[in-house]
Amino acid sequence: MNLQNRKALAWGLVGLLPLVCMTAYAQGAVTQEYRWITFTVFAAIIALTMYVTYVASKRVKSASDFYTAGGGVTGMQNGWAIAGDYLSAASFLGIAGLISQYGYDGFMYSVGWLVAYITVLLVIAEPCRNIGRYTLSDILAYRNNPKAMRIVGALSVITVSTFYLTAQMVGGGVLVKTLIGIDYEISVIAVGVLMLAYVLFGGMVATTWVQIIKAILLVIASLVLVILVWLPYGFSLPGFLQDVVADPKVQARVATLIGDPAKTMTAAELGQRFLEPGLYFKAPIDQISLGMALVFGTAGLPHILMRFFTVPTAQQARKSVVWAMAIIGGFYILTLFLGFGAAKFVGPAAIASVDAGGNMAAPLLAQYLGGGADSFLGNFMLAFVSAVAFATIVAVVAGLVLAAASAIAHDLYVGVYHGGDTVPPQQQVRAARVATVIVGAMAITIGIAAKGQNVAHLVALAFAVAASANFPCVLLTLYWKRCSTGGIVAGMIIGTVVAVGLTLVSPNVTYPKAVRAASQKVFDGEAAKRSAIEQALLSTDAEAASQARINLTALDKAVAKAKDDVAKVAGRERSFLGLEQPLFTLKNPGIISIPLGFLAVLLGSLLFRDRRSEELWPEVYARQNTGILASKASAH
Amino acid sequence: MAAPPTIDWNAVINDPRFQALHRKKQGFLTGLMIFSVIFYFLLPIGAAYFQDLYKIKIWGVVNFGLVFALLQFIVAWGVAFYYSRRAGSEFDRLAREIAADYEKGKVAT
Repeated sequence: MNLQNRKALAWGLVGLLPLVCMTAYAQGAVTQEYRWITFTVFAAIIALTMYVTYVASKRVKSASDFYTAGGGVTGMQNGWAIAGDYLSAASFLGIAGLISQYGYDGFMYSVGWLVAYITVLLVIAEPCRNIGRYTLSDILAYRNNPKAMRIVGALSVITVSTFYLTAQMVGGGVLVKTLIGIDYEISVIAVGVLMLAYVLFGGMVATTWVQIIKAILLVIASLVLVILVWLPYGFSLPGFLQDVVADPKVQARVATLIGDPAKTMTAAELGQRFLEPGLYFKAPIDQISLGMALVFGTAGLPHILMRFFTVPTAQQARKSVVWAMAIIGGFYILTLFLGFGAAKFVGPAAIASVDAGGNMAAPLLAQYLGGGADSFLGNFMLAFVSAVAFATIVAVVAGLVLAAASAIAHDLYVGVYHGGDTVPPQQQVRAARVATVIVGAMAITIGIAAKGQNVAHLVALAFAVAASANFPCVLLTLYWKRCSTGGIVAGMIIGTVVAVGLTLVSPNVTYPKAVRAASQKVFDGEAAKRSAIEQALLSTDAEAASQARINLTALDKAVAKAKDDVAKVAGRERSFLGLEQPLFTLKNPGIISIPLGFLAVLLGSLLFRDRRSEELWPEVYARQNTGILASKASAH
Repeated sequence: MAAPPTIDWNAVINDPRFQALHRKKQGFLTGLMIFSVIFYFLLPIGAAYFQDLYKIKIWGVVNFGLVFALLQFIVAWGVAFYYSRRAGSEFDRLAREIAADYEKGKVAT
């Protein structure tokens, strides 16, 4: 990296300072008096990652350095980086929140995110390392028509990354706003600018280290919280859960969730219900469909696939998945305690009153365990967890942007526009940096444009497209002799179109009539709830009165949201595609789109035979199994 | 991107050692993959259709459902451990032998 670049990096750093300073004056979960702690912790984490980027920037000279850290990452390092790439805010805050609100179902949801790595380990990681180079399309282009593969591969990578990126940017903006109170737009820009600094200057080297640092911080933060939660019970699982189900706040939550049947249940039965399935997942087929998207989609996520090109051998690729599974699985088990701990100590209603999705469960638990909202330690821990959440979003976004940028620069610009490797190395790196800026700017723009939209389902959609298009294509080109260019093109197009198309006519889209009906329910129940709460407010029991105050805030919020929802769809009768109700009733398209994606590759290959695909089959098959020339492949 | 012409790929995949490696690996991986997928989907399917089973308390308030969900983690880790041990002790050695021979051009075809 030359002097000019270093100067630019330094100015970028200085430019970030006002953003950090804003945290000192904003309104969020942290009280004014302790805002400086948040400021200090954020600044420390940003300084550390910027230092890493600075060191990394000196090592990024070639395209291989930029895309794959020169293939010099060890299996253990890559395992931590995969965990850092994968554990998004959705898993860190989202799953803990889901458990705190719905108990067992939240924990069950986390299992699929780990099992997904078995597919990655058994059929994807090692062959991809053996025959791939920088991108998903490299694997497809090995035996099939390179130009066609680079075009469909890049389009699919950009589609999947954009869905995932939008969910991360919007989720990140909302999260930073809730945690530390800076404006949504500024939060989105801060995430975008930081991520750009890492990727632009440090390429994959910096991205890898930012992901490793973030994963370590995440594990440390969670471990500390879990020890504090679990220690009083002498690390006994039944002892801890016994206390959770005996808690009146948890029992009240279950009663609200199940409605009328609760009237005939004892308090103990209500509490126990929190540990049983069915409070969140009501449609089994939908849940299986989501499970399929997770289990097969992870192996087709471009930013995860890309991580396997950073290690030198198939053995290291295998080792990195085993490390990643240990870290990711261990983390979800910690989440079990974070979620149930938050339900017991903070209370489901209090968590939902700050954020209806439950995302604040872990941060609020941290604040409580440190001594509460008025204590130094409580605010320090809240600040630390908030900073980790921020680092989490930035690290995931960096991985996604790098994957999308490599598809644009390596596949479309070098591969399709210039027709191969004739582009000089310097120009390849410049193309990669330009593509990074384009994707980064796009991420910030989409993030701001999508303000206030419900984008949570976009993560599930990204997994569904990856499972329906990328996964069948990669799997069959690696393992099926007859697989051809025609099959891959058909699979990519049909998998993507079916997954996206079904989602557009699914319940994920806004249907004005359904919104009005749901809001009407809230208005109808308001009076009865309000009088019950007013009754409780007069109670002499301090505990009951404080619970009632929390319930009152939650009710006010729910009513305000319902009014807001109705206002948003005012004057409309149909969804944006002109539907009164969903055509496809499942929220996740996987169960239909994944088999169709496979079928498309099969039929396309059988209908359109390709001589090149068949001639190169022995080479692909020998190389993916034995790793012949794999080390040379990464060197050229 | 094409590999150096010194390697006859057809000879590699017709090499009895490669075919032995391929057979062992294919069978092992397919079996493990099918087992893992079926075992995982038992969790959501059971949660939907066998709720009474999931409610049975096994260890204090800890019920079958929680134990089964925790078992999923153990089994996933077990599969990963089992596979990497088998691959490390057997597949890697066979693959290295074949790769070394052909990369050096020892096998005349």
